[in-house]
Order: sequence, then C-alpha cells, then structure tokens
Amino acid sequence: MKAIITIIAVAALASVPLWLRDPYLLNALITTGIFVIGAMSLNLLLGFTGQLSLGHIAFFGIGAYVSALTSLGFDIGLPGGLRLVHTPWPPIAGFVLAIVIAGLCGYFVGLLSFRVRGAYFVIVTISFAEVVRLVALNWVELTQGPLALTNIPSIALPLPGLSELTLRTKMQNYYLVLVVALIAYLLIARLVHSHFGRAMRGLMENETLAVSVGIDVTRTLTIAAVISAAIAGAAGSLYAHYIRIIDPEVFAFINTVTMVIMVISGGKGSLAGPVVGGLIFGLLPVALRPVMAPEAQWIAYGGVLIAILFVLPRGIVPSLAQRFGRRRSRATALASVTLAETAAKEPA
Amino acid sequence: MTARNIAMTIDQVAVRFGGLVAISDMSFTVGEGEIVSLIGPNGAGKTTAFNVMTGFLTPSAGRVTYRNTALAGLKPHEIADLGLIRTFQRTSVFPNDTVYDNLLIGLHRQGRVRLLDAILGLPGARASERKLRQRASELLEWVGLERRAHDAAGSLSYGEQRLVGVALALAAEPSMLLLDEPVSGMNASETHRFVELIRSIRDRGITILLVEHDMPMVMTVSDRIVVLNYGRIIAEGTPDVIRNDPAVIEAYLGHGAGRA
Ligand SMILES: Nc1ncnc2c1ncn2[C@@H]1O[C@H](COP(=O)(O)OP(=O)(O)O)[C@@H](O)[C@H]1O
Ligand SMILES: [Mg+2]
Repeated sequence: MKAIITIIAVAALASVPLWLRDPYLLNALITTGIFVIGAMSLNLLLGFTGQLSLGHIAFFGIGAYVSALTSLGFDIGLPGGLRLVHTPWPPIAGFVLAIVIAGLCGYFVGLLSFRVRGAYFVIVTISFAEVVRLVALNWVELTQGPLALTNIPSIALPLPGLSELTLRTKMQNYYLVLVVALIAYLLIARLVHSHFGRAMRGLMENETLAVSVGIDVTRTLTIAAVISAAIAGAAGSLYAHYIRIIDPEVFAFINTVTMVIMVISGGKGSLAGPVVGGLIFGLLPVALRPVMAPEAQWIAYGGVLIAILFVLPRGIVPSLAQRFGRRRSRATALASVTLAETAAKEPA
Repeated sequence: MTARNIAMTIDQVAVRFGGLVAISDMSFTVGEGEIVSLIGPNGAGKTTAFNVMTGFLTPSAGRVTYRNTALAGLKPHEIADLGLIRTFQRTSVFPNDTVYDNLLIGLHRQGRVRLLDAILGLPGARASERKLRQRASELLEWVGLERRAHDAAGSLSYGEQRLVGVALALAAEPSMLLLDEPVSGMNASETHRFVELIRSIRDRGITILLVEHDMPMVMTVSDRIVVLNYGRIIAEGTPDVIRNDPAVIEAYLGHGAGRA
C-alpha cells in the first residue's frame, strides 16, 4: 500500500516537466523541491530526535556559499600578508564540498549544544545562523557581502565518454532536484529504520530508559545532526547553482521558519510529511500571487497552517495515516501520548 | 556464603541531597551469579543506591566497582556497556512503540553496525537486523509477552508494562541486573510467574540485585539480603538470619504497627 503510493507519487512528479511547459510554474516547482530537501533534513532532527534547529538555514546557506565559491574561485588576503588563491573548480566538486563542510558544521554545532539540550540547542542554532550571516555580510573580499556572488555556473554533469552536460534548462534542473530529493529521502528512510533510527526514537520517547540500555545520547544526536546538516548543504548547493546568485539574505530567519512550517504542517516524524507540507507551502505563493500582496501572504500562510493543524493536529501525513490507519485506535494513541508525557515529566 | 567471585563492590558510598542524607557509608558486595535483595522502608535510599550504581547519580563519597572497573565518572550508557543493566521503579517503557519494537530498541547493544552499512543496507547490516528480530522474538517468549508483541507498550496493563521493562533490560544483555520493585503493581499470579522468571534469569548466569517490598517473594528468591534504614545498612545475611534479626523487625514493625 505504502509502496504503491510512493511509486505513484514519484511517477507523477517525474512526469511533470513532460506536460507542464509554463516556465514560471516549473521554476516554482524547482525552488520548492530545493526547500523540500531542506525541510526533509530539518525533519530528521525535529521529527526523529525532537531537537528543534531554529538556525537550520545556516547549513543550507553554507552549502550555497561553499558551492558557489568553489566553482567561482576566490583570491583573499590572510593575516601576515599571505594570499589564498583558489582557481575555479567544476560545480560538481562544489556540490560535494558543500555537503562535507555543511556536515562538519553540523558536527560542531551538535558538539557544542548536545551536552545540554532542548532550549540550549535552539539558541545555539539560531546564534550560529546569525554569526554565519554576519560573516557572509562582512567578509566582502570573499563573499562580496551584500553585493552578492553572481554568475555562479550551472551544475555540469560529467558524462562518461562524452563531453559534460551543463544543466541549463528548467527541465534539466527539475530532474536534478528530483533525483537529489529522492536520494535524500531514501537515505533518511534507511537511517530512521536502522539501528540508529531506533536509538533516536528511543531517546525521543524516553531518554532515561534509552541510556539505561546503552544508547549514547551525544553520539546518536550528533550523527543525526551531521546527516541533517549535510543534506541541507546539498540543498543549498543546488539552490546556488540554479538561482546563480547568492547573497547573505539566504540566511534570513524567515527561511528557517518556512522550513519549520513545511515540516510541522506535513507532519514531523513522518518521512513523507515534509514533502507534502513543503509542496503546499512552497506552491502557496504561486497560488496567492494574483490575489495578494507579498506582505499579506505571510498572514495567509499563518492562516493555512492553523487551519491544517486544527483539522489534522499531528500534521497532514500522520493524522491522515491514523485516520485511515489500521490497528491503533484513537483511544490507545491518546492513552500512550498521555503516558509518554507522564514519563517525560517524572525522572527515575 | 560459598566463596564466589565478587561481581560488584559498593565501598563506603554516601549520597547527600542538600541537607538530606539519603545514603551514608554503604558498603556491601554482590557475588557473581548471586541473587541479593536490597530491602528497607520507603525512603530508605534503595532507588538512590541504584542510581549511583548505574551512573545516574554521582555519590558524595565512596566508590562502586563492577567486575574490577571503577564506575566513577562513567555515563549511564557506558555502565550499561559493562553489562550492568537496571530497571526503574516507575513504569518505564517506550510507550508509542509496539512491545516488539521496544525490545528492538533494547537490543541496541547487540545491534551495533557501521553507519554506512546501515544506510546502504549492506549484507552485514541486514544480517544483524535478522538476528535482532530473532532475538526479540525469543525474549518475548521468555518473559511471556508473545501475544502482546504488536500492541503499543503504552496500552498494556500496568503489570504487563513492568514485564516489558524487565524484558527491555534483558534485551540489553546484562551480566548483572538491578530490578527496582519489579512486582509492584502485579497481581498474585503475575508475581508468581515473575519469581519463576527471576530464577530463569539467574540460571542463565546473570547476577541479580533486587529491590522489593514483597517480603514472601524476597525471602524465597534471595541468596542474601541487605537491609537499609534511613540510608544505613542495619543488617545483612541469609533470609533466615534477616527474618529473625531484631533490628530488622524493629525497622519494619517498630513504628507502632502490630506484630505479625
Ligand atoms: N533527586 C533527589 N533529590 C532530593 N532528594 C531525593 C532525590 N532522590 C531521592 N531523594 C530522597 O532520598 C531519600 C531516599 O529516596 P529513595 O532512594 O527513592 O528511597 P527508596 O527507593 O528506598 O524508597 C528520600 O528521602 C528521598 O526523598
Ligand atoms: Mg525506591
């Protein structure tokens, strides 16, 4: 059943560029897809470990800048009169480096904040995003500051035996984003259904009990943070090479909020949740554009989010799955939630 | 007592919470394969002692050694890795997961695979998964929860949840098991079956330290009993010795209660 839905959904998404010719809509779908990848990565932390990264856009932005700078090259002065010169590398190398460096940043943020969690993690991630934004804004020699990095090359795929294929058209970029999104989805699915996913689940449900059977909190959360940040970095790289211009505004808090809304509305802790929530909130601006000023749209977002959570309190995917679900009756689900809360309040 | 190898040594442990002395100068040992009970009135410091032994609490003084490893400074998961596993006095399960999935989480120590193997679904990781599932089924059968395998742990009766808690601890492959009031909330027949379970756990070579209020049960299963009162050990010995110890009778029955 689940497999059939997945196959139909993937086939439907893959068919879109074959019948949708409108470049404006295709563009909206591509940027939405990029944000869906970001939302999936956020969900790995928020939905599967319960940690809220309110600076998640930092990893996305770092991926974007790393990838852009790798493919544009730079020439900067270092202390002591030295210069660091980097000649441009192919964008695909930028994509890989974006993943690696964003993942490393995830590691350090995790290391800093996972000893004391909860609110502390939220604050560390927000501050991290702000610090990175200030660096991007003020290290003009490297990032051009508010003037933006421009003319970022499109991704080019090296084809064996042939010359490179540069992805210039919307259709090509659409498929690139779709493929990366599918890989990210599969990776997260594998992870949460593995030994590591069970450790994350255990920690989220009952940390005291989880550590008593040998689960290492710091290690488990750090693994989740690294993978989450790396995927966000990949999304940022796609963004930079598709939009081809990037400025410090990419780090704006509102971009994290957008991802959080995508995850919460679709259903945190569900694999498909961020995809569904992401498509709705990614495409909502397209639907609202003819009828509303951009400033008013945020109010509409809020309204839609509240309406969704009012009707489907656990988010679209989990709530619907439960409504059409098998075994577990409403009563058991409620009872277990209450018990979980009691357990959480009472340490051993 | 026969000469056994010592599994755990508690040496002059003291715990203070602000002005309150929860444990003072506690010393005793538990031998390999032994069933030792730690008893005493409510508030005597039994759970606190468990918290110290499993790294959830740092003692104000003294040290605990398990199989020649000093536990000072080790985190709970590191102590679990030594094979020293506890259960909790308050019901403690993963409530939203099925009983079967609870055990899979409990099997964490057996299931360690490399991250990349797990993500790529390599044969090593898949074989490990099969082994875990096999082991979870065996554990369910051992504790008698097969029929509940696919129910959410949070939806079980109180007594059954206590059993899930023990099964979870067993999943972690203990060499020594600390049980904190395991039969509280169980009915008579559940308690009776639990006594059988404790014996079968011991028969597999697992050392047991038991905290329990059910005196008939304590007297039947224990090799040795340590009695705590107000954080101090007031008696220690075989069930027969403890039964007739005046200090113990005083502690349990001396507060104006009628003599049995
Ligand atoms: N975390 C804590 N903070 C303050 N006091 C505590 C704490 N844990 C236990 N105590 C106190 O320590 C004493 C021993 O408690 P406990 O070990 O739970 O007793 P028992 O398990 O023998 O009933 C009690 O007086 C209890 O109130
Ligand atoms: Mg207690």
